[in-house]
Amino acid sequence: MYNFEFEKPSTTADAVAALADEDASALGGGQTLLPTMKQRLASPSKVVSLTGISEMQGVCMGDDGSVCIGGATTHAAVAAGASAYPALAALAGGIGDPAVRARGTVGGSLANNDPAACYPAGALGSGATIVTNAREIAADDYFQGMFTTALDEGEIITEVRFPVPEAANYQKFEQPASRFALVGVYVAKYADGVRVAVTGASEEGVHRWTAAEEALSANFSADAVPAAPGADGMIADLHGTAEYRAHLVAVLTKRAVAAAS
Amino acid sequence: MPKDSGIGASPKRREDIRFLSGTGNYTDDMNINGQAYVHFLRSDVAHGRIKSINLDAANAMPGVVKIFTGADFEGVGGIPCGWEVTDKHGQPMQEPAHPVLAQGKVRYVGDQIAAVVAESVEQARDAAEAIEVDIEELPAVVDMKAALEEGATKVHDDLTSNLCYDWGFVEENKPAVEAAFAEAAHVTTLELRNNRLIANPMEPRVAIGDFERASGNSTLFTTSQNPHVIRLLMGAFVLGIPEHKLRVVAPDVGGGFGTKIFHYAEEAFCTFAAKALNRAVKWTSTRSEAFISDAHGRDHVTTIQLALDADNNFTAVRTDTHANMGAYLSTFAPSVPTWLHGTLMAGNYKTPLIYVNVKAVFTNTVPVDAYRGAGRPEATYQLERVIDKAALELGVDPIALRRQNFITEFPYATPVAVEYDTGDYHGTMDALEKMVDLSGFEARRKESEARGKLRGFGVNCYIEACGIAPSNLVGQLGARAGLYESATVRVNATGGLVVMTGSHSHGQGHETAFPQVIAEMIGIDESMVEIEHGDTDKAPMGMGTYGSRSLAVGGSAMVRATEKIIAKTKKIAAHLLEAAEADIELKDGAFSVAGTDKSVAWGDVTLAAYVPHNYPLEDIEPGLEETAFYDPANFTYPSGAYACEVEVDPETGKVTIESFNAADDFGNIVNPMIVDGQVHGGIGQGIGQALLENASYDENGQLLSASYMDYAMPRASDVPFYGVDHSSQTPCTHNPLGVKGCGEAGAIGSPPAVVNAVVNALRSGGHDITHIDMPVSPQRVWQAMQG
Ligand SMILES: Cc1cc2nc3c(=O)[nH]c(=O)nc-3n(C[C@H](O)[C@H](O)[C@H](O)COP(=O)(O)OP(=O)(O)OC[C@H]3O[C@@H](n4cnc5c(N)ncnc54)[C@H](O)[C@@H]3O)c2cc1C
Repeated sequence: MYNFEFEKPSTTADAVAALADEDASALGGGQTLLPTMKQRLASPSKVVSLTGISEMQGVCMGDDGSVCIGGATTHAAVAAGASAYPALAALAGGIGDPAVRARGTVGGSLANNDPAACYPAGALGSGATIVTNAREIAADDYFQGMFTTALDEGEIITEVRFPVPEAANYQKFEQPASRFALVGVYVAKYADGVRVAVTGASEEGVHRWTAAEEALSANFSADAVPAAPGADGMIADLHGTAEYRAHLVAVLTKRAVAAAS
Repeated sequence: MPKDSGIGASPKRREDIRFLSGTGNYTDDMNINGQAYVHFLRSDVAHGRIKSINLDAANAMPGVVKIFTGADFEGVGGIPCGWEVTDKHGQPMQEPAHPVLAQGKVRYVGDQIAAVVAESVEQARDAAEAIEVDIEELPAVVDMKAALEEGATKVHDDLTSNLCYDWGFVEENKPAVEAAFAEAAHVTTLELRNNRLIANPMEPRVAIGDFERASGNSTLFTTSQNPHVIRLLMGAFVLGIPEHKLRVVAPDVGGGFGTKIFHYAEEAFCTFAAKALNRAVKWTSTRSEAFISDAHGRDHVTTIQLALDADNNFTAVRTDTHANMGAYLSTFAPSVPTWLHGTLMAGNYKTPLIYVNVKAVFTNTVPVDAYRGAGRPEATYQLERVIDKAALELGVDPIALRRQNFITEFPYATPVAVEYDTGDYHGTMDALEKMVDLSGFEARRKESEARGKLRGFGVNCYIEACGIAPSNLVGQLGARAGLYESATVRVNATGGLVVMTGSHSHGQGHETAFPQVIAEMIGIDESMVEIEHGDTDKAPMGMGTYGSRSLAVGGSAMVRATEKIIAKTKKIAAHLLEAAEADIELKDGAFSVAGTDKSVAWGDVTLAAYVPHNYPLEDIEPGLEETAFYDPANFTYPSGAYACEVEVDPETGKVTIESFNAADDFGNIVNPMIVDGQVHGGIGQGIGQALLENASYDENGQLLSASYMDYAMPRASDVPFYGVDHSSQTPCTHNPLGVKGCGEAGAIGSPPAVVNAVVNALRSGGHDITHIDMPVSPQRVWQAMQG
């Protein structure tokens, strides 16, 4: 690890100010950033911890009935506290291991947008709103490919608002080593239609499987799930070929629908 | 009633109090006043010529003490290989130089180019980044078969090819084996890969070199399974330091699984640099570094053939194996695919004719050496997979086919040069069948099918040769060391004992089990016995802990030394009791005269040895300390039968282990709880190999599974609660305890059962599959089901 400055502000405004420095980096739970720094693959000159900002902590109900999660809320806190949205609580409770869940945060996960991470599927599948210090971003506009998001330099996720669906479920098929999602599928049924978000599978990162959404919006049953998507553009690595991942997308979508209905 | 002390009891492991409470003393816990830290600059290319190394910028970095490169090691010895294999033409293997720091060329990703010694680890790393190395990248040799092709790039320019040796065993049997195959009623052929593994002990390797200018003595603290071996190899072959000027200490060692047997360049470097700099130098491997610098294990590609007659008797076995050596020969690497593998190809079966061919190959990968089981898992896997495949082809029950071919008479001389002293293979199979509820299997399979899952059952046997090994025998086989063990038993005046043993626990529980033996022999409480190990200044000599040899060889040395103690105390007791020595009996910690009520306590006798006022000084010396060296007469041959039941999710290919049962014959057992634990851990590793673990290189020699993000270790949720039985006991006939060794059995015996079960499950789903290579990952199972 290289040397760096460390700040732990207690308000979002102070954090934004501290992050104005070039090469400053926000720190959520540090579950991605710290290993990267230890391996000397990242070298921020300043690290600004967001965990001391009380307005970014916790799970609550919004006026519109959505579940609002502070940007620095840990996975463990969501698993325990988001009972109004059980599928999301279950997703958070299935991330990593207890140590990771005790530190990792929703903001960190969404900012990082790892192509195999779980929260991106939950956020995209729920049509969540990502609230930052500067604006509100619809999930559909937020995810822009592997490790790429709509966030600007120094922009902080302060809250994420998840509309609560009629039924939802997340199916994660674990990569045997990392236990991130080899493929994960989030299905959520809303009054105005079904959303299906897929993580782990595509070289484009988290994405919606529109063919399945259309079929399931017409008939929300496992039988309605279309045949597996094409393997073009799917990730191929040690743990799975593109064809295997494409196959899993359909299998997991069926299972998610069955578990949700 | 289970005993509560002595042989056969299961006292809790006394070492666990410190291991579980964070008070162990591991090498990295040690710090020496004024120590500097070293960071190794390692190659990030698999094969390349070092054109230049510019240290100017790095030398100017803060905290740098000195940067060493290969140039500083000219004239210093290389890392030696401890075993010379002779090929099938009677020629010695090709043995390349193995420099401490790269000389002119790098040969694998991880090869050490330079060593930066600095005031802190971070400063050393900073400076290492400032070193400018110009490397001309060369084509990497990764695939073993391609490595042997005409015109293949050579890993070592000064060798004639990438072939280390071409070994035939037993070469004279070859024509008879060929003839048997020509006459066979049935031949089953199977090609398989024994996947490359990385040991991943919980404690990464650490070395601290220290030097005392006043005496000129060097000390190396290191994470080793065998400090005396390191002292000999490093002192004699690398640095030229005689034993009396070099002390090697391995304090608590947090797992090794073989990978901490070997002498590594980092150890030699730290010892060398400490002397050069006149201050201690410490190296602590990071986990990432461990993946590319700890010797790997396994990595065999084999074609095995089994010949059977019309009555399904095995008539011959023939194998053709390519074994990866990696870029250099690690300490025992050449012995693993040969003498620890070919000699086991008879397994539990009376196959009369066997021929084993092994080509050991150099590649641009991390050196490969012994890993839990070393050669024996590879042999077992081949044999037990080909037998299952034969059973499939012949439409016979795999257990019946095995039973029909079991060796039943002992001693049994195999056609592959070893003699099994005892065993009862039907006995262990009977014990296994009692555990597995075979008759209920069909119902369980139906229940799985009702849930859309495929259920499979797999069984295998194993035999292994451990308690290594008779020195004269291994000498003939090419070992450059003896494989005896030593022990010194020191009895203090008030009766307590300290055993200084050359065995060195890296988690096995010697501190608990060894005292149980002495407690039994003398009839005293285990708490009166303490074990000292891991320090060349304490035990007289030690070959260390591997090959499941600690109790069988090290324990036997301790028994012999204790017998000498008992003989001497009997003399003293006879004197004190004014009786004939022959009439003295030792029982429950007291000496008595047979047929009388005269007795004297153990502590009174030991006190007399140190306060010899009333003492037979004319016959014996005062004091009570004895040493014994024990050289075994044969290997020991534990054996067993294992069974695995799996469920396969046909939609995803995911395999779940539903049950795993193990029936082992370890001969006599000192601490059943520790034995259970060894079997549990071994099976866990075997399941890891079968389902999860794989060190995978790309065609450029980059290790793809170089962290836990991609190298899948088994976790608690991957394994079931095991059934373990060791009621079938045929004691070893040639060591004083009748013990056989249990440390590797689980890892040797479990992979075939898992794969056999998966194949069985898939076939029940109508898939015409006869083999899937390990690790049987979801992706591979799914792929296999696609046809
Ligand atoms: C062993 C292990 C297993 C894991 N398994 C899983 C898994 O199964 N599924 C899964 O989804 N994830 C998994 N993770 C990832 C983990 O859950 C974290 O969510 C993830 O590492 C990022 O969250 P963090 O809070 O730790 O972010 P950090 O590591 O602190 O930061 C990551 C990045 O996000 C930025 N950042 C952090 N917070 C904010 C914010 N509020 N606004 C803007 N930018 C921000 C940082 O600057 C940095 O660039 C695993 C991690 C580990 C170590």
